Amino acid sequence: MNQLYSEIKNNSFPLDLREIQVLKYNVFYDQISDFLKDEAKHCVAYYGLETSANLKFYCCIADDNNNSIIVFAHEINKDKPVLKSLTPVCSQLHIFEREIHENFGVEFEGHPWLKPVRYSHDRSDKSKIMDNYSFYEIESEELHEVGVGPIHAGVIEPGHFRFICNGEKVLHLEIQFGYQHRGIEKLFIEKNDALQRCVLSESIAGDTSVGHALAHSQLIESLADIQVSEALQIERCIALEMERLAIHIGDTAALCGDVAYQLGQVVCEALRTTIINTTQFWCGNRFGKGLIRPGGSNYTLSNNIVDEMLRVLDDTGRRYSEVTDLIYYLPSVLGRFDDIGILTRQQALSLGAVGMTARTCGILRDIRKTHPFQYYKNYPVRSVILETGDVLARGMERNLEARESVKIIRELIKIWRQKIKDIKKPVYDYNLKPNSFAISMVEGWRGEICHSAITDNNGNIAHYKVKDPSMHNWMALALTVRNQEISDFPVCNKSFNLSYCGNDL
Amino acid sequence: MFKEIKVLKSHGRQYVKNLRTQPVSALFRGRPVISGDITKDEIKTVSAVCPVMAIDGKSGSIDMGRCVFCKECSFLLPEKIRFTNDYRISSNVREALIIKPGSETPVRLDENRVRKEIRRLFKSALKLRQVCAGGDNSCEMELAATGNVNFDLGRYGIEFVASPRHADGIVITGPISENMAEPLEITYKATPSPKIIILAGTDAISGGIFEGSPALNRKFIKENHIDLFVPGNPIHPLTFINGILDLLGIK
Repeated sequence: MNQLYSEIKNNSFPLDLREIQVLKYNVFYDQISDFLKDEAKHCVAYYGLETSANLKFYCCIADDNNNSIIVFAHEINKDKPVLKSLTPVCSQLHIFEREIHENFGVEFEGHPWLKPVRYSHDRSDKSKIMDNYSFYEIESEELHEVGVGPIHAGVIEPGHFRFICNGEKVLHLEIQFGYQHRGIEKLFIEKNDALQRCVLSESIAGDTSVGHALAHSQLIESLADIQVSEALQIERCIALEMERLAIHIGDTAALCGDVAYQLGQVVCEALRTTIINTTQFWCGNRFGKGLIRPGGSNYTLSNNIVDEMLRVLDDTGRRYSEVTDLIYYLPSVLGRFDDIGILTRQQALSLGAVGMTARTCGILRDIRKTHPFQYYKNYPVRSVILETGDVLARGMERNLEARESVKIIRELIKIWRQKIKDIKKPVYDYNLKPNSFAISMVEGWRGEICHSAITDNNGNIAHYKVKDPSMHNWMALALTVRNQEISDFPVCNKSFNLSYCGNDL
Repeated sequence: MFKEIKVLKSHGRQYVKNLRTQPVSALFRGRPVISGDITKDEIKTVSAVCPVMAIDGKSGSIDMGRCVFCKECSFLLPEKIRFTNDYRISSNVREALIIKPGSETPVRLDENRVRKEIRRLFKSALKLRQVCAGGDNSCEMELAATGNVNFDLGRYGIEFVASPRHADGIVITGPISENMAEPLEITYKATPSPKIIILAGTDAISGGIFEGSPALNRKFIKENHIDLFVPGNPIHPLTFINGILDLLGIK
């Protein structure tokens, strides 16, 4: 008997579409529910696409113990599709089933919460509009609702938050997304131009330009069978760590701002500036746009840039340690962070939480370690694992990961100096392998970014799927504010700092 | 107490003294300069690679309102196209963002087309409400940075406020997603007159890489007068700051 699933390594040679077994749904159901019992496995992508008469689905499960990604497929008739929901047995699939429901109108029987994910322009049911989202309601004279957004008080992205409160206490939070939807996934198919796709990937979530551009470039390199030199792999890892460092420092500032600790806020803001200005010194853009391209680079590192980077890291690293030693010592700050907004390990597992959110709940989910890509294959990182899952843990995670990133960049620079600098120019005239399935994962600063593509007979991209870690993690925020004071919401929100546009695409 | 002093001492003075002349790194991609002797064939080549059709196929001019500053045209023809690190590229006139071959003149505002009430009312205090309408959070972070300890735009009485009711105008980022079209309209209506509209970033000015996506609704841009265009992908805080100062007539 043929194997029920295919296996693939992150960022490796693509699978031949014809070799992926298409299962009957009941077989698929049993397989998935069985696989996801294992804590070391979680769903990284589950999506559908239309074939002529059918809907075909791909489900990718990351097996963290074996560094492999397991790919399942199943197919159903397009006409009035009904499936038995997997969510009651594997709740981490809730968001994927919701997305499939929104895109194709598949009814998932037994799914408790089949609400729109992002109101995409090509959703199956156009009668569902932003204005008629059915928020969860509790009828009681004791309770009141608080609606916030889509436009928030600060200079941030839009999303609507609906709280149900008992006095000051939050009982329930529901978040409505979709305001940021720009139709990105479809544009990846329509824009049949390599450079356009690069620019697009950098705009999925501008605060993770490097992460998403790297996920895209890796995907193209897999499909076009392009190998890149070790020097370039190192430079990409450095860019990714610079992005992580800048955001973690900036988020430290934001966390301080939310608890009115001005010194911490101001100092960290200034420190973030030094890091993003160094990225600008390297590639002319503070967010690293233009830095990551498939096959090569327009902005290779030089000794001059590396020296400047080391100088900044020494100074900023020292000052960041100094200020965080102070922040995480002050009772007035700790009182607002400690034991606030707890996400339990069990909740994190059941949501399929990824990235730093998972790591603050004692779960090792770090693609750099479990499905290594680029130079992380040769350079094992030390993942920061914390246990308490509260705002303090998420603040500390940033603090410790930022310090770790400084070390990683320093060490990578040492290795880089010894490598032959055989970095080519970017490749834009690539030919993709026809009838293939490829997947690419990157550990961005929020967590696991996943891009996946399917090519047609002619090697054109027939389907492109983007997953930002926020898609898994937004529900974590909604859960952590339960039974908290509503005044603790901002600091809870900031401690996750999830992406609206990454969710809305 | 000693810890605080130590942190403050290391922090030192971080603010940018002169926001008009602050140098940025040489590689920063600001105003492009196109050589006057660029040939027709060369124009054809570069306009074909441009991911956002910012290069006019006939004249060879670059429209910074469409440009995503990827610099690929310059990599292709380094002798004919270069991107200077001039970040003062905001203007109140859309056409001023179009850089013609041979032109080295800096981009400035057309003084005659600045609405009179803007300077009369907002010169000493300008409160803005930011609306992100499909922005990717990079322009938003740069706008937030204008008020940070480095750029400190608050020194001119210019800042972002929470409510449109308290604002003198709105700053739009992003290509205007269909799903944000209505909230944007409501916010603008809620802002008391006279009010200004600023478009921050290439996505807002032209749609950028998202131009033509069916998920957008750019009706608002077409129907309203825009007071300031701030190009960039994302905008540099200094581009925004200098644009605003020019608009308000602050030297």
